[in-house]
Amino acid sequence: MDLHLTAAAASAEEQAAIDALLGEPESSWDGGARQIERDGRAVFGGGTARWRRHLLLPVLHAIQERIGWISPGALNYASIRLNVAPAEVHGVASFYGMFSLSPRPPVTAHVCDDIACMTRGAGALCAELEHTLGPAGSPCEGGQTIWQRSACLGLCERAPAALISAAGTTARERVVAPATTENLFSTMQDAVNGKLPAEPDTLSTKLSVPQAGQAQLRLLRRAGQVDPSCIEDYLQRGGYEALRRSFELGAERVIQEVIDSKLLGRGGAAFPTGKKWEAVHLQRHLGYLHYVICNADESEPGTFKDRIVMEGDPFAVLEGMTIAGFAVGAQKGYLYVRGEYPLATERLNHAIKAARAQKLLGEDILGRGLRFDVELRRGAGAYICGEETALFNSIEGYRGEPRNKPPFPTQSGLFHLPTVVNNVETLINIPEIILGGGAAYARIGKGNSAGYRLFCVSGHVVRPGVYETPYGPTIRSVIDMAGGVGGTGRLQAVLLGGAAGSFVSPMELDTPLTFEGTRAIGATLGSGVVLLFDDSTDLKQVLLRIAAFFRGETCGQCVPCRVGSVRQEEVLQRLVRRQTIGSVAEESNTLQEIAQAMRDASICGLGQTASGAILSAMNRWSLFS
Amino acid sequence: MVDPRRTSSAQWADLWLGLDVGSDISLANAMGREIIVSGLANEAFIRHATSGFEAYRQCVEKYTLDRAERETGVPAEAIGQTAHAYAKAKSGQICWTLGITEHHNAVDNVVALINLALLTGHVGRYGSGVNPLRGQNNVQGGGDMGAIPDRLTGFQHLENPELRAKFERAWRAKIEPKRGWHLSAMFDAMERGELTLLYVLGENPVDSEADRHRAVKLLGGLKFMVVQDLFYTRTAEMADVVLPGSAGWCETEGTVTSSERRVQRVRAAVPLPDGVLDDIEIIYQLARRFGHEWGMPDAEAIWNEVRQLSPMHAGMSYRRLEELGGIQWPCYDETHPGEMYLHSRLWQEPLIGPRAPFHAVEFEPPVDELNEQYPIRLTTGRYLDSYNTGAQSQRFPSPLRRAATIDLSPEDGERYQVGEGEKVRISSRRGSIIAPVHFDSGLRPGLAFLSVHFHEQVATNDLTIDAVDPKSGTSEFKATAIRIEKYTEN
Repeated sequence: MDLHLTAAAASAEEQAAIDALLGEPESSWDGGARQIERDGRAVFGGGTARWRRHLLLPVLHAIQERIGWISPGALNYASIRLNVAPAEVHGVASFYGMFSLSPRPPVTAHVCDDIACMTRGAGALCAELEHTLGPAGSPCEGGQTIWQRSACLGLCERAPAALISAAGTTARERVVAPATTENLFSTMQDAVNGKLPAEPDTLSTKLSVPQAGQAQLRLLRRAGQVDPSCIEDYLQRGGYEALRRSFELGAERVIQEVIDSKLLGRGGAAFPTGKKWEAVHLQRHLGYLHYVICNADESEPGTFKDRIVMEGDPFAVLEGMTIAGFAVGAQKGYLYVRGEYPLATERLNHAIKAARAQKLLGEDILGRGLRFDVELRRGAGAYICGEETALFNSIEGYRGEPRNKPPFPTQSGLFHLPTVVNNVETLINIPEIILGGGAAYARIGKGNSAGYRLFCVSGHVVRPGVYETPYGPTIRSVIDMAGGVGGTGRLQAVLLGGAAGSFVSPMELDTPLTFEGTRAIGATLGSGVVLLFDDSTDLKQVLLRIAAFFRGETCGQCVPCRVGSVRQEEVLQRLVRRQTIGSVAEESNTLQEIAQAMRDASICGLGQTASGAILSAMNRWSLFS
Repeated sequence: MVDPRRTSSAQWADLWLGLDVGSDISLANAMGREIIVSGLANEAFIRHATSGFEAYRQCVEKYTLDRAERETGVPAEAIGQTAHAYAKAKSGQICWTLGITEHHNAVDNVVALINLALLTGHVGRYGSGVNPLRGQNNVQGGGDMGAIPDRLTGFQHLENPELRAKFERAWRAKIEPKRGWHLSAMFDAMERGELTLLYVLGENPVDSEADRHRAVKLLGGLKFMVVQDLFYTRTAEMADVVLPGSAGWCETEGTVTSSERRVQRVRAAVPLPDGVLDDIEIIYQLARRFGHEWGMPDAEAIWNEVRQLSPMHAGMSYRRLEELGGIQWPCYDETHPGEMYLHSRLWQEPLIGPRAPFHAVEFEPPVDELNEQYPIRLTTGRYLDSYNTGAQSQRFPSPLRRAATIDLSPEDGERYQVGEGEKVRISSRRGSIIAPVHFDSGLRPGLAFLSVHFHEQVATNDLTIDAVDPKSGTSEFKATAIRIEKYTEN
């Protein structure tokens, strides 16, 4: 963490981890042993050194996975190999939650204590772990394991959830959900003994998709029905027909169909997808490279739909990206997958290889002269990287801090070149639109909310999971689809759209889940979260968890959010403990003012929405009087 | 990137050549020869717009790649590749800083590079040219305004009677028809007793002159010295009168000119501190005491006088400078947008104005020769966070700044059996100083580096040679022969 390299040297194992990714050093100037006679007079190749910074995040992953933490010596070696200043390497490494810069046991259990898991016993689970293993964040007895509390792991339909990572030459990760002390302990023990299976998760997608196999499904029609590792299976069920059809239509027609479909982005911001594609497509004459990015950094608490799609139907994601690449004139796509999704990562990596082998990715796709390939990049535990410009910085090897907009990604995105960024769910709608026609797609749904939508139903509900419907069902009908209210059976509140969304009361259940419908009650659809709380839930604790989430995830770049998210949590703490400064009304006013400042002055959506859910609850219920 | 040291900038270069200090002409001439014998010279341009090519060709004929490898230490193959890359480039620029100019043959070094630009036609076109990069925001402006021994404002030659008469009419005063001294010549004049009075503005020669012992002795022998500076420098300590100066970038009105010849307005953002006068005001008051009443100082009025007398500045009114965000000279009238690059005339058919001359120059090694007694080549330079003699930059802390050290290669550390931080005695033919060692892996055995920033701790210029380039007056700060001995305090 210095401006100059420190004296700390990387161990042989750390060097090996990095060299395995980057190849051996070429000279003493990029990490090789000093050979001044050979290297002291002339060196070629600094040009490539200028372009290697984007490998910083993969390099840091490689060290973390091999050693379990990233030492000062390893940071120095990364700095030399990539020609990035030591302070910058430290800045990036310390940005991400999954990296540890102090010694840490090789086996880590990340135990979710976020809002969805709270409804399913995460509190009791953590209390038991504290009792038996000691406090979170300190090495357990024996020094081989450690457990940590974690924000939402995106496994809400199987709450309470945990993720175990075991560092080593063959690093392993393992999902434990639903988690109990027993299965957690035994999995941790297996990890210590090197007995974790290669597969990160075994639970069948069918359980996460309660509708699996139903005839009306479009987006989820393959999830749980096909072998996600088998490209033939995908091809037999209509896979890549849309890409063939796209070649027949040509890029302009493809974009027109997407515009006509009125498809809006499913990541939360609801921007017209066709408009994005068109904006990038129209810059083709300028001769720059274009990029397609699939934003699979699904981190909104309560959201897990993209994970299930990637795990259950990975080729659909690749096909959607390939059509986007064809339409906008991109030759390279990046799939930025949330770091906490080991199974999705593995399935997608496998799918990319399989698609290349079948000439469905690469130099000459389907013999039609299309050049397009996809590179998977793993996030490393930063909610903010789901913000598209933060995601660019993350891929480029910088801290995942959002950029100012404008310029918008369609003009200046990844590597400051025109870029289309689409969410996973958005992309799997594309084949539907291409095969059925944009106009037909636009007629599905209600009003301006066209097409199909995935809902992440979790919390106190009988059958949690991801559900697909055409746009327009009411909240009540989605709850009914999932078997009704669980827990005590008496509904207290529903959180729509996740931590950045808003609470609604049982009186509002007839609101249609459309953009217009939710807007009318001051709520938002966001990423499709429908999270139920029964009347035994202490909503105050839920709000505190949401406030803690934003405080932990603010990137710290801009002041309103960095300071505001801390102040917001402090005020809530005082309200919950009944240690208010002044009256409850005065504290509520303070919260409103903080919220206003964050909404007005934060540069990205994180700060702008950090107060939304909290204020929506306080507006609906008198929680603190 | 051509630099004896492997610097952090060199890390980014597609090709880095680590030549021996002071062997630049051998490298440039060998590149020239390689370009000619490979048929890559721009013959049409040479015929159209240059003179002296044949003499140049004969001169560089001797500089084979093998000879250059012997003289520079750089492998012949790398020199050849550099030559080909430069000659084949669609456009190519050569930029340099003090590594080219702080030598006893500074002007020859520059000329050798200009020859390459002429040879390839990388001049007078967008993206081409030769560029000295400056360490200050207004080096160019100082020269433009006439702070050069033989020039008046706008590079108009002092010894040209017509031009001089124009200035005499405007100023209603007689101008000596004789060029002045450059800095190094001034010290020689002090030595001869011809220069006895010195008015120093914003310069710290006590710390910045080569061979400091001599400089201090000569300054001490002056009858009268005035120093006008922002800071109480070591030169100011020796002065009879010290005039506190103003900060040009934030306390005064006026213009500066950047390396790309862009004249820009600067404005006073903060008032002057108590007891400090605007630099112009000081000169006006001096004039008054000399018996000339110039009225109230007014930066814009002075600038308009510049515009009247200097044709290349004529079109640059304050209003236009503001509207256009600065203007690159020449700008002959108020409809002229300024010129983005110079010498485009060389490409015009038919050629306008004189031909651009090749000048054949020969390689000469640095004056301070290496031998058994002084086997190490010391070169000097600057660190990113410090500025020249440190008059400004030593006043604030910087997380990058290390203590003053002599930088050596790790191999030399072993050879002289010294470790990081241990002190050594460094001796040249002129003096000897003590400094702690820092190992810099960017150095080769036999190459050492000292910064010029920390004179109070490490008086670098006690070592340097005052061998001066007769054409530019610059001293050979970049090449000193030294030896190193382990130093033990007792």
